[in-house]
Amino acid sequence: MSQEDDIEAIPEPEGASEVIDTDYEIGQDNITPKIGPFGLDIHNPVFAISGIVVVAFVILTLMFQNSVGPAFGAMRGFLTSTFDWFFLSAANVFVIVCLGILVSPLGKVRIGGVDATPDYSYLGWFAMLFAAGMGIGLMFFGVLEPVYYFGTPWGDNPLGGDLGIVEGVLADPETVETARRLAMASTIYHWGLHPWAIYAIVALSLALFAYNKGLPLTVRSIFYPIFGERIWGWPGHIIDILAVFATIFGLSTSLGLGAQQASAGLGFVLDMPELGTSITTSLVLIAIITGMALISVLRGLDGGVKILSEINMGLALLLMVFVLLVGPTLILLGNVLGNIGAYFSEVVALSNPVGREDDGFRQGWTAFYWAWWISWSPFVGMFIARVSRGRTVREFITCVLIIPTLASAIWMTTFGGTAIQQLIENASEAAVFGYVIDAYVPELSLFGMLSELPLAGITSVLAIILVIVFFVTSSDSGSLVIDTITAGGKINAPVSQRVFWVIFEGLVAASLLLGGGLAALQAASVSTGLPFAIVLLLACYALIRGLMSEPR
Amino acid sequence: MYRKVIFPVDLSHIDHLTKALATAADLAKHYDAEICYVGVTGTAPAPGAHSPAEYADKLAAFAAEQGSKHGVNATSKACTSPDPSIDTDKTLMTAITELGGDLVVMQTHAPSALDYIWAGHGDTIAAHADVSVFLVR
Repeated sequence: MSQEDDIEAIPEPEGASEVIDTDYEIGQDNITPKIGPFGLDIHNPVFAISGIVVVAFVILTLMFQNSVGPAFGAMRGFLTSTFDWFFLSAANVFVIVCLGILVSPLGKVRIGGVDATPDYSYLGWFAMLFAAGMGIGLMFFGVLEPVYYFGTPWGDNPLGGDLGIVEGVLADPETVETARRLAMASTIYHWGLHPWAIYAIVALSLALFAYNKGLPLTVRSIFYPIFGERIWGWPGHIIDILAVFATIFGLSTSLGLGAQQASAGLGFVLDMPELGTSITTSLVLIAIITGMALISVLRGLDGGVKILSEINMGLALLLMVFVLLVGPTLILLGNVLGNIGAYFSEVVALSNPVGREDDGFRQGWTAFYWAWWISWSPFVGMFIARVSRGRTVREFITCVLIIPTLASAIWMTTFGGTAIQQLIENASEAAVFGYVIDAYVPELSLFGMLSELPLAGITSVLAIILVIVFFVTSSDSGSLVIDTITAGGKINAPVSQRVFWVIFEGLVAASLLLGGGLAALQAASVSTGLPFAIVLLLACYALIRGLMSEPR
Repeated sequence: MYRKVIFPVDLSHIDHLTKALATAADLAKHYDAEICYVGVTGTAPAPGAHSPAEYADKLAAFAAEQGSKHGVNATSKACTSPDPSIDTDKTLMTAITELGGDLVVMQTHAPSALDYIWAGHGDTIAAHADVSVFLVR
């Protein structure tokens, strides 16, 4: 948006949105130290404490990893098995709130005030929010999850339904079809409306309180209707520090685990298993990903992050269309609508929080996923908020909730459907059977599926590149988010700060990979899901109140 | 010789701009040119402005004040950028072309070793703009 005023223009009252009246000046708690030639502009307690806590946490985890690992693992298990009903209920609330806002008159509110215009085209906007939101998970779970539900020997099949393959022998065709349908519905459930509703609530709240209410673009601002002026003090500092903490650990652990997956894939493609398990390969990959993320943040949102997200989406589309064409095309095409239908017919049973007996699925998968999405929500939500100015709430929910759900459903149908078809045709001879059901090697499940399609060498390399680019797009957007939070909501902080966070993130990932403790910290970051779930329920209330006070 | 002077301005550093502002005003008076004060703001709330609209109003007020103080014809143009840390130079370059400016006057900071890695805004504009650029130290 730009606007030209001539000399007679008298400062007009605030634009057509209800700016919150507060004495807080954005940046008033910031300090601007100079380190050598580098000037900084950082929020005083938030930057220092997050930096120190992250370093201390990494050191402690490395020193005591033998005791810390099981402790965090146990905590995660305790939380997901004790509070599964809470996670499931909370996610249902988020979906209902989002759909309610979508169809209500509140959908007419425009983010940034009635005159705001969007900063990005639909394509660039969607590419960025999709790449930040779940890109990498689609690569990892696209084959793994449907196949797992279809034939899990560990008893965590969704809704306790019948399995399609038992001890390497296919069930009768009717059971196979039922199992396939349920496997696809359950996978789409975990990648559909619920996770995106979690992101949408956070993103919409942040966007509303920053762009319409004039509060700084930082997580604490959501809580203004609840805590009032106190959010500028310690309650707010703690919320922001937690958000930084969740973001950097979520990103670093995923970066570390992702580098291991990509190197396993490299070892598989080059037929050199020792390369795949070597830590050096993973470290080199982390260095490459960090380097690419660095270039991306230095080129900025427009010249770096957006372009990379678009390349990313192009490559992903290419891979998907290829699998669709060389895989069982007609079966897949026939199944797209069927799977979406299966999702809608099973979603009530799958999201029912009480009175179920499929503990392994509900607690081990659903509750874990919900905690995971929630722990990522400050990061993804803040990033989506940053790029969504100028959209109406209805456009926003359509593009953040409805379209990603459809995209995930099509992706899962293509990758999972092809893999299940391989199982149906080859049973225990299928490569995916070996990696998912027989011996559990999840990082190779995608490559196993690709290996039985034509041009496996090329598509596997494409898949590895995609994994890497997906990580770069998460890493660069995550660094921008951390930089904004630790600068007290300023988006024009000195460039050296974002460079610091990108490098710091790579270093945390590398040291965790070298010292062990990646899985422990991932368990820890997932554990932040419970307090954040409560926080998000409060945010729903703040969001609806905030939207109701806006002009429509 | 000049008809429109473009003066890129950072509203949070007005007190450091006295010399450059006076230079621009003198040049404008001499050539009977108009001055357009151009500011780039982020789309998110920033110190001093809760929204781009508020920023535009403040910039217009600043231009009016400068215009009456120096007795020149002053206008303003507020530009927005989703990532001002990176895109300020690019946004300014576009504004210079769009506004049809034929002289840019801007304040620069004292040179330092860091300029070899990240050039200052003035350096970049001087290096890439099609029009004359007057950098004031």
